[in-house]
Amino acid sequence: MMNCKQATRLVSQSQDRELSLPERIRLRFHLLMCSGCSNYNKQMSFIRKAMQKLRER
Amino acid sequence: MLRFTTLQLRDAVLAEDVVHEAISAAISSAQYNGRGSLKSWVFAILRNKIIDVIRERNRHPTESFIEDDENDDAFDGKGHWKKTHKPSDWGQPENNLDNEQFWVVFEICLNHLPVNTARVFMMREHLGFELKEVCRELNLSDSNAWVIMHRARSQLRKCLELNYIRGGRLS
Repeated sequence: MMNCKQATRLVSQSQDRELSLPERIRLRFHLLMCSGCSNYNKQMSFIRKAMQKLRER
Repeated sequence: MLRFTTLQLRDAVLAEDVVHEAISAAISSAQYNGRGSLKSWVFAILRNKIIDVIRERNRHPTESFIEDDENDDAFDGKGHWKKTHKPSDWGQPENNLDNEQFWVVFEICLNHLPVNTARVFMMREHLGFELKEVCRELNLSDSNAWVIMHRARSQLRKCLELNYIRGGRLS
């Protein structure tokens, strides 16, 4: 299983490139098992939303 | 405006010109219709001018963008979160987007990113370039750019968690 360091890296990259199918599967599995990385994942989506909102301010 | 422009263009003199142009364009144009804030309208003009300047020139900086990977101190030897660094549950963070205090902290956190990291992050997330374009403009490899983006996001996350979430300001 991938570790948290690898998982967070993929979460970030998923905002800049399309992940491969194996990457997506391994990441999804890790996120299911790991609350820290699952929180990290939600927070990354939130930061992107905040950056979009910042443009409109 | 000047700080942001200088950061993006890496040229203080050019930045002054561009900001001046943006403000002139804003004043001389009758387009502003009173909807939305004046600040965001001038910023929209400025953003387009910066994008034009960046796209027009083709520079190849030699400076190194990759420093030590300081993200590493969040993880133990096996690459798992250290207890003290594990991201907490932010609940419904979207509720904070209407909170002025949130934006104060958010902008402080953005301003605390190291200059080279901030330049890449703002080109991608504020100016809206595809990462491929950022790589071409700054002469970065894909993997360098991913590392920088990851670092920027992780630092922002950590800064928000320490100064906003744990500060008890979560709404």
